[in-house]
Order: sequence, then structure tokens, then C-alpha cells
Amino acid sequence: MPDIVNLTINGQAIQAEKGTLLIEVARQNGIEIPAFCYYEGLTLQAACRMCLVEVEKTPKLQVGCTLPVADGMVVHTESEIVRKARKGTLEFLLTNHPLDCPVCDKGGECELQDMVFRYGAGESRFTERKQHVDEQQWSPVVYFDAPRCILCYRCVRVCNEGMGVGALGVSNRGVISEIVPNRHDYLECDECGACIDICPVGALTSGSYRYQTRPWEMEHVGTICTHCGDGCRTTLGVRDDKIMRGNNRDSSGINGEFLCVKGRYAFDFVEHPERLQSPMLRNAQGEFEPISWSKAFTTIAETFTAVKARGGKFGVIGSNHTTNEENYFLQKFARQGLGTKNIDHHRTGDLATFFDALSGKNAALATAGDLYTAKAVLVVGADLAQQHPFLSYQARANFRHHNAHIYAVTSGPVREDNQAVASVRVEAGGELVGVESLRDKLKAEGDLVIVFGDSIQGDGVRKLVAFGDSLGIPVKYVCLVDYSNSRGAFDMGLIPRDGGMSVEQMLAAKDLDVLWVVGANPLKNAALGSSHAFVVVQDLFMTETAKRADLVLPAASAYEKNGTVTNVCGEVQKLKQAVKVMGTKTDLEIMGSIAKEMKLNLGIWLPDKVFAEIRKTVHGYDVPLPVVDTGGAAPTMPLNGRVPALPGAIQSAGDTLFTSGSMSRYSKILNAVIESPGGLYRR
Amino acid sequence: MSKKLYNEPSPLETRILSKRFGLENSELLATYVAHDGFKAFRKAREMKPEEIIEEVKTSALRGRGGAGFPTGLKWSFVPRSSPKPKYIVINADESEPGTCKDRLLMEYDPHQMIEGILIAGLALDAHKGYLYIRGEYRYLIDHMDRAIAEAYAQGYLGKNILGTGFDFDLYTHSGAGAYECGEETALLDSLEGKRGIPRMKPPFPAVAGAWASPTLLNNVETFSAIPAIIRDGGAAFAALGTPKNGGTRLLCVSGHVNKPGVYEVPLGYPMMKFIQDIAGGIPGGKKLKAVIPGGSSCPILKADECDIPMDYDSLAKIGSMLGSGGMVVMDETTDMVKVALRIMRFYAHESCGWCIPCREGTTWLKKILQRFDDGGGRAEDVGLLGELSKNMLGRTFCALGDAAAMPTISIVEKFAEDFEKRLAKDRQMVAV
Repeated sequence: MPDIVNLTINGQAIQAEKGTLLIEVARQNGIEIPAFCYYEGLTLQAACRMCLVEVEKTPKLQVGCTLPVADGMVVHTESEIVRKARKGTLEFLLTNHPLDCPVCDKGGECELQDMVFRYGAGESRFTERKQHVDEQQWSPVVYFDAPRCILCYRCVRVCNEGMGVGALGVSNRGVISEIVPNRHDYLECDECGACIDICPVGALTSGSYRYQTRPWEMEHVGTICTHCGDGCRTTLGVRDDKIMRGNNRDSSGINGEFLCVKGRYAFDFVEHPERLQSPMLRNAQGEFEPISWSKAFTTIAETFTAVKARGGKFGVIGSNHTTNEENYFLQKFARQGLGTKNIDHHRTGDLATFFDALSGKNAALATAGDLYTAKAVLVVGADLAQQHPFLSYQARANFRHHNAHIYAVTSGPVREDNQAVASVRVEAGGELVGVESLRDKLKAEGDLVIVFGDSIQGDGVRKLVAFGDSLGIPVKYVCLVDYSNSRGAFDMGLIPRDGGMSVEQMLAAKDLDVLWVVGANPLKNAALGSSHAFVVVQDLFMTETAKRADLVLPAASAYEKNGTVTNVCGEVQKLKQAVKVMGTKTDLEIMGSIAKEMKLNLGIWLPDKVFAEIRKTVHGYDVPLPVVDTGGAAPTMPLNGRVPALPGAIQSAGDTLFTSGSMSRYSKILNAVIESPGGLYRR
Repeated sequence: MSKKLYNEPSPLETRILSKRFGLENSELLATYVAHDGFKAFRKAREMKPEEIIEEVKTSALRGRGGAGFPTGLKWSFVPRSSPKPKYIVINADESEPGTCKDRLLMEYDPHQMIEGILIAGLALDAHKGYLYIRGEYRYLIDHMDRAIAEAYAQGYLGKNILGTGFDFDLYTHSGAGAYECGEETALLDSLEGKRGIPRMKPPFPAVAGAWASPTLLNNVETFSAIPAIIRDGGAAFAALGTPKNGGTRLLCVSGHVNKPGVYEVPLGYPMMKFIQDIAGGIPGGKKLKAVIPGGSSCPILKADECDIPMDYDSLAKIGSMLGSGGMVVMDETTDMVKVALRIMRFYAHESCGWCIPCREGTTWLKKILQRFDDGGGRAEDVGLLGELSKNMLGRTFCALGDAAAMPTISIVEKFAEDFEKRLAKDRQMVAV
């Protein structure tokens, strides 16, 4: 039992856990103690002096953000002397602040503006010259306007502590103190933009958002990032059917405020000029020509029906980015509608063996939250900071806040080394030997989350799980998969089970009659074996695969549709449509329309209806609807007994922080940022 | 080599710490040993650690860096039994305007300080010391390196000192020109290779100081007083001063006096007698206007407030401080607007920038004073100066904000007529 103390704040009797910071206790009880530098989860600074409060029997005002509550403490946060002190501090702050609110991006959501409105003076007594420094661009993403900076050091801390990058510091002293980037006049960092979001004023602004809009002109749509598999919620600011920015300042979602460069900025592929906006059919001259949707649907339906009727060979390749509903509908279409077992997707982690090895162990799947609360985290054969930045952030935060023990078994240096109690370097393929060398240390841990990459496959997965079992402590696992719905693609059944063909087999088969590719690019580095196959591709862009197609259908991206996706940890979350791109349809609507044209009865193709069917039929997906509907993340439990081995290769795409499969090619931001060193498992 | 003294000693001084000043080759170890050197260390070696600390407590020695915290008490806060290494850090970042005594203690008698450090090492079970010397004292770093090398060579530092089995290593470390780094926790950050910014307290350095280990920080003069205390007994040292203000201290007097310099007098020595008899009075028979008693951060005293004994408590009673012993004497010709500006220029330049009130406040005050001095003063400025200073006072992260606020408040309140005079003159200029 924690020690409980009794104290009084503004006459209100309050009980709190001994040692809790006064500012937190006040907030928990609905009393605001204003502060700039204090930020939950980051180290204490006591620099801004906004949180000064009166504590009876102390000689001077006390700093609320560093003062632990004690029994009998009598605190006043709104007394005359406190109000006067705040006013004085704000007056100091405004002396060198440019007050260019009318053109400042932060106007309307600026903490300094709010504070001055609430606590500030009506007029300025400062009549001297202000300190001026010219604006600087530090990266394609980050701009810095020093005069606006109030030096709360949030940016420095979030970069150093939160991201583990430490790209920002302070130079000079006194009134010319200035935040500086690590390369003197530019930044070499994750380009995550956390510094921009955390800035209480408009000192740090985003290269993609600045001077575009006022915050109150936007609608804010919370959806799930469509890039890596971590499942971060990104709140898209939308104005006039255009995404203006991404952030997660409201801390909704599993990721709190965390977002990497992709979640915060790489939504810009949506409006790339090369987006496909009309169905296209290859004509007699071999060139694509735009056709109507109805012609596209009839053409496809006729071909599919004919091939099916003559017992021809279908191949269906699904996506790592499309929704669970679309994936479910696609496999249903393939299996029931086309009568084929040849369905697969680009598999980036050995989920089949993983689920099989864990069969019957219900508490063995780690959620993203577990990485923050586990006593120990073991990372095997993965560069989390590059490929799963949120999981990396969670482990780091766990280390910072709970002194979690981090272990890394990798073939080269990774960011986790900085927190690790033990880092083991192994040759690729030697990961399990490295893991074994940690046995004694791991046995002594209270509980453990093991995160492993695609270097652990097949028997390796079984050995790793056997190792976990042998430790005698509770162990949970994360089998890393690359993309926003890689996990969902597997769970929905985009896999060549029961003797179906894998992606490789489909591409190699000379007798394939139809290849239907939904949101994937299997021909990026491969040729299609069958010269006569009718190829239908649904995609956002003219990818290598689309170029080989006979018929291309312009699909909507994740930001343009509703539905659910499942993250790398198996948590189901809802997408929410932010914008509509002219000429496109969602993959679900496309598939539904083809089914209708083929007179197949595959059910209603509305996301909610399909999800209801998924909840009934897909094992482990009977998740509580209120959780999902309110924007929560519902863990799935697909450990339903033996899972037979599947044919075909499993290989992570080896994306880095600044790549994201085919999609990243069409993001201006991802192309503009400088690729920093790292990316241990980059391919 | 004989060091020429910067000023002639006065016969009225009580020379305990400075008794070797002026001796032939006073900085050499041999000279030190020949004049009572390391007697105290040998004696301390025979004492229990708590006895050493008790002796220091008895001496009523108070920190000579400025705050005047009882030294023995500070030593007793360092957890001797901690499994972590304990460090001793010597604050030689002497930067308070008007103060120039530590440099003399290091220049003329470095081994006295080293002996004091070693005794502290015995008391606290510390075996490493860092001498943090302000960057502007470049020559002193070389000087101290030579003294330290000499001590190593003759077995007074290093392993098994004087065959006692006690090990101690002492290193010099250069500051980089920041006044802020005289603040003990900022000094520690700087010592650790970080930006010199004060740390949050608690934890205090005694518990978690250098490299998060228990650390004793004292001023050069404080350590230099230790050998005499151990050698002659804490009671004897205490008896030199007044109750709770033990011993002697080095006062640095500058400004309008005939004999500026550094003089050692007992605590409680009358201020006017010091100015008249030791510092030689005010040149040209002019009248005294004001005194900064202990460095620029101390509230200024008007002439009629100066008839007091110079000890920590007497100065505190009239709202000022004995500070670091940097006394600045000002005669009737002094323009207090310029004094206030000079002081605020210093603090605006030296504010580390960490917290808002000090960073913005000092600069704003400097700009107002600069404008005022340039002839652009306004009637409301005088009130504003006082008010802004009070908005800084007690609200900054470290004492630097207070150090800038206190003298300004006292000048504006006690010498308002100087500001009025300037305003009247400005009006005259406009009228012409």
C-alpha cells in the first residue's frame, strides 16, 4: 500500500500518494497549475517558473512541478501573490516573444497565448528592442523560429529521452540561449517531428504544415497510420478534402503522442499527382486506356466467370495495407466465389509457426502496452527504431520510467543498446545462440516480452518459444510483421492453406489464367511466369505490377476509407475516412461490385457488416465492439490450436524509418529527408 | 621565486590563512612544510573522522564562497558510509565582482589548500578531488598543476600519503568563463562535461553530486582555513571571530579607497574601521556614499548603514550579506545609475538562461538602465526597475536571479534621488 497523505489545495481537502508531484495531484483534482516546461513523462526542469504556488509555512513561492506532496501541506494556487507571480513570469516571457500571432502557425492552439489570455497582463510595459534571430530551416520537416522560443526544453527532452536520438541541444547562454540542431545548422535525426508537436509555442514548425491553414479551420480525423505495423493512431487535420497535417496531440490511441515521420508526415502520397484516378484497360495496341467503372466490372466479371467455368487457374494476392474487411472479403471471394485456394500476401513474419508454437497459451501475445510495463524486453534480430519505431519508443519509455531491463540480440548496433543491460552481437542466423547466452539473466527477470524479427522462422520460432517456456517466468511475444495490416492479412486468411499456391508459386506457374492483385506489388523484382494470364490490379499507383496488368483499378488508400486493421501485436483498431480522392473506390467496394457483377452472393460489402461477420467467424476476433467503436485497440486471440506450415517465403521488406514499401516512393516528405545511418536489417 | 604581493599587508590584520603570504617562495611545498605545513594533516590522521568534523563544527567556520553555510554541518551531510565513491570538489570559480581572494590563496599558498582538502578526504573517506578553477584564471591552472605535481613528487598526494596508507588524487579542471558555474550544482554539471546549468535540489551534492556520488563542495578559502583549525583547534579559530562566525576571512576591498587590496581580519571586524584604518580611507577626503559589502550580489549599504561589525549575522540583520568578501567602496561622486547599470550588465551577461525570470528579467533591467543612463529615462522607469527586480526575487531557479535583483532593489530604493537627478537633467536638456 502506498503512503497516503492529506493536504489542502485552495481549501479543498485532498488525499494523495506521498511523494507525488504537487502539479499532478492538483491536476488529478481538477485544479490547474499552469506550466510550460513540466511535461508528463519527461524529466523535470523547473525552468519556466509558471507553476509557482504558495505553500503555507514556506518562506517563498514553491515550484509545483518538482514539489512532492507531504502530509499537512496547505497550498494556494490562486492567491493574489501567486497570480501576481504568474503575471510577472508571463510578462518576462513576452519581452522577447515576437507576438506575431496573426501569422504564427500555433495561433489558436498556442499554450503561451492561452496562458496570457488566462493569467497575463492587458498591456505591455516592455518598450525596449526585442532580441531577434532569423528563422532557420533544419530539415525538410523542421523549421525553427528562435524569437518565439520560450526555452521550455520540451523539444530537447522529447528528442533525447522519448526518441533516444538527442538531436537537439542548447547553445549560448542568457537571453541569447538558443535551441540548436545536432549538425550545427541542420538536423540529422529521425525527422519524427515530436519536437514540433511538443513545442508549446510556434518556435518549431513543420515544413509541410506551416503557413497552410489555421487550426480551427480543420476537421480532426483520428485514424490509424497506414505504414508500419505498429498501429499508431494519427489524427489527420483535414481542410477542404485535403489532409493538412498528422499528429496525435490528444493522446488517443495506443501510441499516446508518439508518431514517427511516417505517421506524422507521410500522408502526402494521397495527393501525389501520379495517383490512379480511373480504371484502365490495356487496348489492342498494348496501351492503357481509361474505361468506365461499369465496363471494368463487366470485363473482370466476364473473364473471372469464364475462367472459373472452364476450371482455369486463379491466383489471388492480397495486401498488407488493406483493411480486415477487405482482406476477409477477398479470401471469401477467392475461396467461395472463384473456388481457388491460391491466395497469399507478402508475408513478413512467420505468424503461422508462431501461432502454432503458442497454440493453447492464451496469455502469450504481448500488446504494445506490455512493452511499456514488462519488467524486461528482449529484442531478437530486429532494428526496432528503424522498422517499428513505436515499439522501440515503448521499450525506451519502459526503461526510463520503470527501469525495465532491455536486452538486444542483433547482428549490429541498434538503438536499444543505449538502454540495454546486455547487447549480444551475433552473425545473421546465430540469433538463437545469442538468446541462449542470456538465459541466466533472463531467468532472473520478473516477466519478459520477446520481440523477434523475420530472422527467426520455422523451427527457430519453435525453439524461441521453447526457450521462453523454459525460463520459468511469464513470457509474452511479438512476432514482427512489416505493415499496417500484415497481421490482419494473415488472420483473415490471405494465406495458401489447404494446399493453395504461395505468391512465388503463382508467379512461377506457367498455366496461371488469372492473377488478381489487390494492393500489392509482387512483380517489383519478379517476372510473371504465365504469359497468357489476365492480370487485374487494384492499387493507388502504377506500380511494376500494375504496369503488367490488363486491367488496373484505382483504389482508395487507408486514409480514404473505413474499416479495421490489426497491428503487429494483434490489436484491432478502426480506420476512419479522412478524405476522398476523386475517381477511386475502396477495395471493398471494388470487390463487392465485381461479386455483384458475377452474381455471387458473398454478403453485403459494407465495412461494419463484414466486420460483424469477422467477429463471428474469425477465431479470436470476437472483440468488444464498444472498444473498437470508440477508437480503442482490442487485442485479438487467434491462438486456436495447430496451424499447418505454409508454402512460400517469409521475408521482411527491411524498410527503414524513411521507407515504406512502394508507398514511400510517392511521399514527398519521405523522399526529401536525409536517410540517416542505421537500418541494420534494411534490404 | 619570490612573489610580489599585490598590496602591502596592514599591521591591523590577523593573518592566519595569509600568514605565509610574502614569504620567499611561499608557493613551494618546502616553504609550506617549514611553516607549520602538514602538521594538521598528521594530527587529523590520528583523529577519528567524526572528531575532525566535530572540530570543524567547533570552529564555527562558515563557507567563504558567499552563502556562509556552516562548514562542519555541510561535511556531516556527506554519507561517509556510502558504497559509492565520495568526491571533494573545490570551488575556485571565483567570479563574484569585487572578489579576488581565492586567487591569492592559490597563488601564494597552494599547499595550505591542498592540506585542507586532504583533511576533508580523511573526514569523508574521499580519495579524489577536483579543483574547478575559473577559465579566466588560466595562469592559476598551470600554477596549481605545478603545486599538485610537487605534492605528488614529495608524497603529499597520490598513493599512501606520507606513509599513512591514505590515498588521494587531486585534479585541476578549467571552467569556461561562466559566472553561473560558481553555483555548486552548475559547477558539477560543468565538471561532468555538460552545459553549466544549476541542478534541481534535492538531491543535494552531499548525497548525489559529481557523477551522482556523494560530494563535498567548498570554496578555496574554506579549505584553506581547515589546516589552522585542526592544527590549533576549532575553539581557537572560533575565538578569533564572533559567536557563530568563527575565525578570520580575507576581505577584498576595491573602489574609492587609498589602499585597495586583500586583507585578513577576524569576523566581526568593524566595517568603518576597516575602510578607514586598513583600506586607508577615501581618497581626496571625499565622503562615503555607499558600500557593497561582499560582492556585487549583496544589497548595497548607504554610508549611514556602514557602522557595523562585519559578520554574517550583523549584515543579514540590516538586509545585506557578507557574501564572498568583495567589498566595493563608493564615494560621494558616484552615480548610482551607472552602478546599477554596471551590475545589471554583468548579471544579464552571466545569466545562464535556464529559467525565465532571470533570463528575461536581467536583460530587460539592463536595457532599461542602459536607456536611462543614455538619457532616455522616464519617470515610471524607477518604479519599474524595482518591480521587475521583485518579480525575479525568490522566483528563479538558482540564486543568480536573486543576486541580480537584490542590489538593484536596494539601489533603486536607497538612491532614488540619483535617478531623479538624472531625469531632471534629461528634462533640462530637452528644454534647452
